[in-house]
Amino acid sequence: MTQSSMPELARKPSAGFDLKLWGPFLALAGLIVLGTLVNPVFLSPANLANVLTRTAFTGIIAVGATFVITTGGIDLSVGSLAAFTAGVMIVVMNALVGPMGAGWPVVLVGMLVAVGLGLVAGLVNGLLVTKGRIEAFIVTLGTMGIFRSLVTYLADGGTLSLNSGMRAVYRPVYYGGLFGIPTPVWVFAAVALIGAVILYRTRFGRYCAAIGSNDEVARYSAIDVDRVRLLAFVLQGLCVAIAVVLYVPRLGSASATTGVLWELEAIAAVIIGGTMLKGGHGRIWGTVVGAVMLTLIDNILNLTGAISVYLNGAIQGAIIIVAVLLQRGTASKR
Amino acid sequence: MSSQPVLVADGVAKSFGPVQVLFGVDFDVRPGEVHALVGENGAGKSTLMKILAGYQPPSAGTIRVDGEPVHLSGSGPAEALGIVLIHQEFNLAEHLTVEENISLGREIRRGFFLDKPAMRERARAALAELNCPVDPDARIRDLSVSERQMVEIAKAVSRSVRVLIMDEPTAVLTGAETEVLFRLIRRLTAQGVGVVYISHKLDEVKAISDRITVLRDGRRIGTHPAELLGHDDIAQLMVGRPMSDLFPPKEPPPPDAPVVLEVEGLSVPGWVRDASFQLRRGEILGFAGLVGAGRTELMEGLMGLRHRSAGAIRRDGQPLRVRTVADAAKAGIAYLTEDRKGKGLLVGKGLRPNLTLLALERYGRVFIDERKEAMALDRAIEEFDIRLKSPDALVGSLSGGNQQKLLLAKTMQVAPQILIVDEPTRGIDIGTKQQIYRFLHDLARRGASIIVISSEMPEIIGLSHRVVVMRSGAVTGTLSGDDIVEAEIVRYATGLKGLKGISHDPVLHA
Ligand SMILES: Nc1ncnc2c1ncn2[C@@H]1O[C@H](COP(=O)(O)OP(=O)(O)OP(=O)(O)O)[C@@H](O)[C@H]1O
Ligand SMILES: [Mg+2]
Repeated sequence: MTQSSMPELARKPSAGFDLKLWGPFLALAGLIVLGTLVNPVFLSPANLANVLTRTAFTGIIAVGATFVITTGGIDLSVGSLAAFTAGVMIVVMNALVGPMGAGWPVVLVGMLVAVGLGLVAGLVNGLLVTKGRIEAFIVTLGTMGIFRSLVTYLADGGTLSLNSGMRAVYRPVYYGGLFGIPTPVWVFAAVALIGAVILYRTRFGRYCAAIGSNDEVARYSAIDVDRVRLLAFVLQGLCVAIAVVLYVPRLGSASATTGVLWELEAIAAVIIGGTMLKGGHGRIWGTVVGAVMLTLIDNILNLTGAISVYLNGAIQGAIIIVAVLLQRGTASKR
Repeated sequence: MSSQPVLVADGVAKSFGPVQVLFGVDFDVRPGEVHALVGENGAGKSTLMKILAGYQPPSAGTIRVDGEPVHLSGSGPAEALGIVLIHQEFNLAEHLTVEENISLGREIRRGFFLDKPAMRERARAALAELNCPVDPDARIRDLSVSERQMVEIAKAVSRSVRVLIMDEPTAVLTGAETEVLFRLIRRLTAQGVGVVYISHKLDEVKAISDRITVLRDGRRIGTHPAELLGHDDIAQLMVGRPMSDLFPPKEPPPPDAPVVLEVEGLSVPGWVRDASFQLRRGEILGFAGLVGAGRTELMEGLMGLRHRSAGAIRRDGQPLRVRTVADAAKAGIAYLTEDRKGKGLLVGKGLRPNLTLLALERYGRVFIDERKEAMALDRAIEEFDIRLKSPDALVGSLSGGNQQKLLLAKTMQVAPQILIVDEPTRGIDIGTKQQIYRFLHDLARRGASIIVISSEMPEIIGLSHRVVVMRSGAVTGTLSGDDIVEAEIVRYATGLKGLKGISHDPVLHA
């Protein structure tokens, strides 16, 4: 009898300040201030473009990881998959230079191969998790080893290099840009935007969060839990492929050490951004901020002489732990 | 009774952020008495009890134990003083065994290691006292809700208690189990334990309690000796207005109403064997039986939520394939689960996504129309009288009864022609029960068909046009008209009548 009907109900989340929600953005602002104080060069367009460009690879992968983690899964294989995809892409393009000549058609075929490979790898991970009923951690730990070993085998333990003619053609995809903003940054922004729309505005996104919260409730709510989980892994594979397409023209090579630890960077970005590792709540923009922060720390340490760059890992680690401490505040209030 | 109260709440108030849910409530428990606490959903009963048991601090007021003010900083100190709360929502570690749960936090150690035999003995003793046949090695997640409740009770009474607080302990129990619990309560009070008993089942409240306190909108309305209040008096005090008949008069469909759903020979391995029944248009069909009779499992089998080993389903005479809940929804069939927290609602999310989850495709093929969702929520809050203190509350912070109303609203989102409700009024106050009965009645009158599974005999008898009785996985009888009386239902449910033992050729009472 008190408030049995509330007309203006929950159109928007309440205006109250939510530290957990805004925490990552505040931290980012703090880092930017810090960077400016440390070295004025920090704010130069060239430096910012450089930071964002380097964020693009793990950032794009992290957008995919946000989906997988939101459904309550995890994908450890992304770094190895990136290396393997890069390797295959290079081999295919090198093989095609002979018959087709060095030009855009070859690049396009290479890109298609990368995307196809990413989708298939995501499908394999997803099927093993859903149909095989194996924990995502175990499945992707396995595929992580497999992909890493495959690229090493492909490179025969050394480095796979892209044909130099092809490099010249492909170069602009990484080094070029539009309106002074490098291509990878554009692509990163587009991927994040599309990811946010999918996660927040579509049924699929809602289902991801529901499954991560409680998959039994999801099943009883007529959601095809396996299909949604599978799609999340496929999406992750696609994101890896996009990252690789941008990465290959950077160095024009792939080896056993390509993409090492990318999976951890991606997961760290997701967690710093406020997505819960146990699933149920995903934040795309948080992930983007998390990814940028990880690169910024490195960048700032490079610009100052005060702290050794070798301490980068320690600072990143501390930030991850603080982020999770903040999250636990929300979780225990349930 | 003139003995000194053991536990006293003195002017206790509680606010969650800006919303106040308790206003200066006084409450006390004397040794050896059963003090019942009743009130509508969201009145603040559970909140008051959590404060008494140290789970939450009061915003104002004092708690006294033996006359001394105490600050209970957590449930540990409260339990050390002998105050134990059995929660309304289960508080068991799902992946641990029954035995581990009973000893959780109070492990017996010998030197450095756990003394497993001693803990096993404690668990066995506690379960035996409740006539509870649960295996101490079983994992909680494999138990039914009523078994879980019995384990909760066993866990509580295996400690040394002076005040035992039970928050709706019988919401998930059957008659027989309730009897066992009442015997236990009488034994405890004889030993001088004070018991606080919260329930929406007013008959039980009358039967077991010495005093009754009524709470309404966070305020104490009064405390009365139980013998001075009748069932209707309590109901009236709770809702603050006179109550009319609980059940609307029955309006059974005409005998030639078409059969909309027919289930034949349905089996769910381990649970249901060869069950058949028919449902007519406009009919309310009750499913009675003891817990473990397989009613829930039969419906979950029908909905494609459990594996069926045999059985045919016909909808309007046409064979129907139901492999998933989505298939059922397409055929206009919806199921409201008995396990609200585990299978019904996402407690960590808001009301809006919960409401629309089952029927999300109605809110956009790809993109979700949030405006439409918000309107649907406004309508549901209005129609089902869901009471919430803040618009963006998480479902987990709603009172149990309001969660149940939300679950019903969610199930109705698919506008089913066949609605299967499993314990629809579990944990719901009497005023709301009346609303829900009226809702189901009207729904049937408008041509929908309803299956009601309930452990509450009055509900089955008061609502159903026909009653199917099940026993150990088989349909033992179907009653209609004047045969729908408690004694007859019990005969079929306990095996005195109908099928006995295993039969491979079940008689169809359709
Ligand atoms: N943690 C919380 N945060 C915000 N509001 C809360 C919280 N816990 C309870 N409330 C609110 O306090 C009010 C009282 O809830 P409480 O659970 O005590 O009711 P109740 O009398 O036990 O009802 P029921 O019979 O349905 O179990 C409700 O309006 C509920 O929404
Ligand atoms: Mg309650």
